[in-house]
Amino acid sequence: MHKENTGDAPSAHTPRVRHHRKRNTDVVAGAGKPNGSHLLVNDSSKYKSFLIRAYSTVWMIGGFALIVYLGHLYITAMVVVIQIFMARELFNLLRKTHEDKQLPGFRLLNWHFFFTAMLFVYGRILSQRLVNTVTPDKVLYRLVTSLIKYHMAICYSLYISGFVWFILTLKKKMYKYQFSQYAWTHMILIVVFTQSSFTVANIFEGIFWLFLLPASLIVINDIFAYICGFFFGRTPLIKLSPKKTWEGFIGASITTMISAFLLANIMGRFLWLTCPREDLSTGWLHCDPGPLFKQETHALPGWISNWLPWKEISVLPVQWHALCLGLFASIIAPFGGFFASGFKRAFKVKDFGDSIPGHGGITDRMDCQMVMAVFAYIYHQSFVVPQSLSVDKLLNQIITNLTLEEQQALFTKLGQMLQEKVIGS
Amino acid sequence: MEKDLNQNSPRIRKLRDNGYPPNTPTSRMNNNNQRDNHPNSPRDYNHTPSSPTARLRWRNRSNEIPTEVKRGNASNVRNLLLGDKNKYRSMWIRTCSSLWMLGGVFFIIYMGHLYIWAMVVGIQIFMAKELFFLLRRAHEERRLPGFRLLNWHFFFTAMLFVYGRILQQQLVNTVSSDRFIYKLVSGLIKYQMVICYFLYIAGFMWFILTLKKKMYKYQFGQYAWTHMILIVVFTQSSFTVANIFEGIFWFLLPAALIAMNDVAAYFFGFYFGKTPLIKLSPKKTWEGFIGASVATTISAFLFANVLGQFQWLTCPRKDLSTGWLHCDPGPLFRPEYYPLPTWIASFSPWKEISILPVQWHAFSLGLFASVIAPFGGFFASGFKRAFKIKDFGDSIPGHGGFTDRMDCQMVMAIFAYIYIQSFIVHQDYSVEMILDHISRSLGHEEQKMLYAKLGDILRHKLQGGF
Repeated sequence: MHKENTGDAPSAHTPRVRHHRKRNTDVVAGAGKPNGSHLLVNDSSKYKSFLIRAYSTVWMIGGFALIVYLGHLYITAMVVVIQIFMARELFNLLRKTHEDKQLPGFRLLNWHFFFTAMLFVYGRILSQRLVNTVTPDKVLYRLVTSLIKYHMAICYSLYISGFVWFILTLKKKMYKYQFSQYAWTHMILIVVFTQSSFTVANIFEGIFWLFLLPASLIVINDIFAYICGFFFGRTPLIKLSPKKTWEGFIGASITTMISAFLLANIMGRFLWLTCPREDLSTGWLHCDPGPLFKQETHALPGWISNWLPWKEISVLPVQWHALCLGLFASIIAPFGGFFASGFKRAFKVKDFGDSIPGHGGITDRMDCQMVMAVFAYIYHQSFVVPQSLSVDKLLNQIITNLTLEEQQALFTKLGQMLQEKVIGS
Repeated sequence: MEKDLNQNSPRIRKLRDNGYPPNTPTSRMNNNNQRDNHPNSPRDYNHTPSSPTARLRWRNRSNEIPTEVKRGNASNVRNLLLGDKNKYRSMWIRTCSSLWMLGGVFFIIYMGHLYIWAMVVGIQIFMAKELFFLLRRAHEERRLPGFRLLNWHFFFTAMLFVYGRILQQQLVNTVSSDRFIYKLVSGLIKYQMVICYFLYIAGFMWFILTLKKKMYKYQFGQYAWTHMILIVVFTQSSFTVANIFEGIFWFLLPAALIAMNDVAAYFFGFYFGKTPLIKLSPKKTWEGFIGASVATTISAFLFANVLGQFQWLTCPRKDLSTGWLHCDPGPLFRPEYYPLPTWIASFSPWKEISILPVQWHAFSLGLFASVIAPFGGFFASGFKRAFKIKDFGDSIPGHGGFTDRMDCQMVMAIFAYIYIQSFIVHQDYSVEMILDHISRSLGHEEQKMLYAKLGDILRHKLQGGF
């Protein structure tokens, strides 16, 4: 998109303007320039780029909805694929082809670390579910439990072998490049895997939480910021992204919070979205969603009920939590976008990649999502799930260290102990 | 500042590399600097009359120069004599500071777990300060006031997060007596993740709001550098602290093995060293490496026996108190007796030897310490060479900075933690132990919750998965 626009520009200073633009392909700012011949050219390319952007957005949303329908496992697979693409974009970003030619096999090191990180992160998150899935078969069960027990040791040995390999391939005069690439690889893996591990953890707690609600809020925030800025935008927001405006920001915040409230109501009614998934199966889910998703009816105050036909509104308690998520999505999450913009400007990169037409690369789409996913997980763990840590830890120890017979024995003995306490006290 | 007179200090070196002449009276063009022998960076070729020796001085963090002998340059004869004197003097300085460090460590171990933790935190702060300082550029720093504060903000957040997670069980056990503080502490622990997250986000937003035009690249570089430092420093120190509260033995043994490996490699290399080991560190030799490996594994076996007899070292600490510890150390530390084979028994007065089972684990620790842990040192050497730094700092005379001492320790601490969690701690689990743990550490409500959850999981399993 941007590439064809810069090709059309006859005057010298417009390329600099376009270079400082954010990933939005509009060239509205170009209209301010004295050169009149821009306007007509820009109009047609503006609408064309808008169309391409809208087209790819529709495809992305459609694909996304399909995957949500298919289930938890497929969403996890989608997250893994997105991760792989993001990592590939970012690995490629700061590589210098000249040095790379002298270092064969160095790229392989990146993917080795990627594989190790994947094993580590998903092993930890999905270990509980994996154990629940393979119980019926005895041999597989023992294999899986021992893999989980030595999981940390396995990942560590893989990491150390990568570390040793790195040191043994250090080449004179290439030290600085190699160390920078090593640090860059670590930073990428941390950024990509933190957010995706929290995303996957949230998916298995219930598609509603992680996935759907925060992701939709970010999308809504983006779209409404664009629309509000388009119609009312006047005062610029931050030097990093010259096209963002305060009007767009505030309008989007209000809209996001309202839609968070409403979306939570709509989504909270589907069991498919609210039930946690305890194993890795793909069938339908039935569960008791818990007090958060049971409707409470609040009577409307008198002066409102005079107007409207409804006398009371039913609110799911989860909607209040959704308000907090909406607040965060509109105020803090855009900073992820600013960070990405600043980063691209610092390293003179136009887009992270060009996988998605009209939007740049996948990292461009995911930058705000990353900040949101981490917040959603932490919010969920702290305020929504009222569990004490020692119970979870003990439960984890019990599941991973005892065989099924021992767990049952523990269960009966614990039951006896509790009954004795109740009788005795 | 008297520190700037030292031609070796990273600040002067950086200033020179950036093209700013240092304003010290000692002329750096004098190649025959008598104080020490590493005055020039390789870029100053107009100032060095004899460039081969300047390149030779590109040495590892040791101050010795035995390889000078190979060059036939006449001025080297004079350097050799000075070199000898310098060599012994630097060995003396190095030995002195080693003894002081050793003494300090013994004292702290005697004092207990809490003081060891405090020492680890102190070492961390110094390491972080050295590393933060390392790649800063004074020119850009002047234009970004308050940017250093951001580093320390992230440091504080990381500290809160890491130690909150590791020590939460101990903290809860310490304050159970008092009701009000208990509620306060358990509330803090429950929301610990949120608190740390908001602190981090605040730092993130602060960083973005202070981005200055034309300084973007420097600021992003510093941001990434801060994260890498904090990860490196805090990973190893958090694992170290977790090991300490598992039992000082698990902290002392790996650290002692690394020190032993260093010292043994030095002596074996000194007397037998011939074939160089790796291009990164030209003074390491294969003879030193192999000799040290053998010495380290043997001494691991023996150290474990000696150290494993003290309850102060082997008992885990369940809370943050500082008194004496009494506990049942577990099957690992109970001596088992093996009768010696007859041909040895006829020599020595002992008929059987007592071996603590933990000594076999110590073998693996020793093996790792001698084979893999030196790669931490190679990494640090390569890093210093890549970024043209002599030492990470100069806090310890003769040794460089704290990071120079801790580079192999870091790799070892992580390995020790993972080894312990995978192969040692989990051997003791049985139904009775867990039941006992449940009745001791959970309240009645929590026990009922555990019971209900366990019932759910077992029911789900028994019904079959698919």
